[in-house]
Amino acid sequence: MQTASSIDNSARKAALDALAAAPTLALAALWDAWADKPEHTKVRGPEVGLVMVRGRAGGGGAAFNLGEASVSRASVRIVTGEVGHGYCLGRDLGKAEIIAVIDALWQRDAASVEAEIIQPLRTLAVKADQKLRDEAAATKVDFFTMVRGDN
Amino acid sequence: MYVAVKGGEAAIANAHALLADRRRGDRSVPALRIDQIVEQLGLAVDRAMGEGSLYDKELAALALVQARGDLIEAIFLVRAYRTTLPRFGYSHPVETGEMLIERRISATFKDLPGGQMLGPTFDYTHRLLDPSIVSGDVPEPITRSEEPSRSPRVTDLLAHEGLIEPDFGTADPTEDREVGDLTREPLDFPLDRDLRLQALARGDEGFLLALGYSTQRGYGRSHPFVGEIRIGEVAVEFDVPELGFAVNLGRIRVTECQMVNQFKGSAKVPPQFTRGYGLVFGQAERKAMAMSLVDRALRAKEFGEDITAPAQDEEFVISHSDNVQATGFVEHLKLPHYVDFQAELDLIRRMRAEHEAVAVKEAAE
Repeated sequence: MQTASSIDNSARKAALDALAAAPTLALAALWDAWADKPEHTKVRGPEVGLVMVRGRAGGGGAAFNLGEASVSRASVRIVTGEVGHGYCLGRDLGKAEIIAVIDALWQRDAASVEAEIIQPLRTLAVKADQKLRDEAAATKVDFFTMVRGDN
Repeated sequence: MYVAVKGGEAAIANAHALLADRRRGDRSVPALRIDQIVEQLGLAVDRAMGEGSLYDKELAALALVQARGDLIEAIFLVRAYRTTLPRFGYSHPVETGEMLIERRISATFKDLPGGQMLGPTFDYTHRLLDPSIVSGDVPEPITRSEEPSRSPRVTDLLAHEGLIEPDFGTADPTEDREVGDLTREPLDFPLDRDLRLQALARGDEGFLLALGYSTQRGYGRSHPFVGEIRIGEVAVEFDVPELGFAVNLGRIRVTECQMVNQFKGSAKVPPQFTRGYGLVFGQAERKAMAMSLVDRALRAKEFGEDITAPAQDEEFVISHSDNVQATGFVEHLKLPHYVDFQAELDLIRRMRAEHEAVAVKEAAE
């Protein structure tokens, strides 16, 4: 059974996923356009650290440590009291902090954040992925069989 | 007697200034920007990330410039940098079956669900130098409208018929084992496959290439076929403790190689294809292929094979696959060894004096 909080969590996760995947410039532009930016205090960070990325032997077997990736994170509290957390790949402290503020805002007013920031980011991501997919598809091999004649 | 020798500070400082000058080169030529390296020398960046064992394109590009293009020096710089950062934790294993694929080929099956995509490959180029590329004018790539579709791993297709060993190999999939981490614990031979794969993933491409080649030439023959190579982006999921759920931190590009090798069976298990696995940061096909050949060779003991070749010798391979360790020990030979050498000089003078004394004595008899 899905509880209310697990539905909440999956929506919040989906928003955080979209924010982390966003190109820095696109996120900054959308955040610039956000009218009412709340005052916030830093609870932790922003700071850079490492996450050890794992793979699986054979793709689906026993886990192993593939290598590390740089990760930025930040935690902030906005004036209305909500605490937000921001995580993303790379060394981009500004981006992690913006994500944390947006995550805090999302807890207060998910609908506006979804409409004005998350949805536009998803649209961008879908388009970018489709471009990659279409470029790769153009290199797809169409095999055909040569029929050898009788003589 | 121990003699401390000091000196050379001025020489060292001036040498580093000269290094900076030579690194910069002719000042009338524009200095390289990091984004130019990331965009236009992407495979060098990928190699510095892979063997530096740190996924961060800008850092790897900076390391390449600082190292004047010396890859092993750049890898050394990346490794040194990573030691300055705290570890937030471990990701979920990346799901390569869900990859956003840029290249995917199989040498074993022509018709695969999802198809074969050549992607941005050097294959089938004529290897003729092309002076026209320096103009920088390149048309946009050709596209073909494609619905998102699933491209299952080739090894999963074969697995359904039981013709190929499963992903877990001979290991027990239900066993909840701790994953070894060579950045935390010194290696203690013999190793489990997880530690070998970690070492191989960050191992020197040239070393692994030569070892993989040796298995093809008969030193630990394993009859390999490329089941599949796929290159593309995979999501990095990370459990965020303060949230209590996992967040996708973004995607990284990886290269995966599934090598399919000749059969093994036993009284209990009918003959099956065996496998070697390669997974590397970035676009690094040669490295992933070499890794999968060496991974399979190193599984010799698991399959009860005779260990006769260098590529099958785990301690030999893994102890020498790290190019930062290797360069450290080889290059330390150029550092002052004056006292060591003085001792050797004394020794050889004594040996020669003894040799002479014997010769004189024999001549006298």
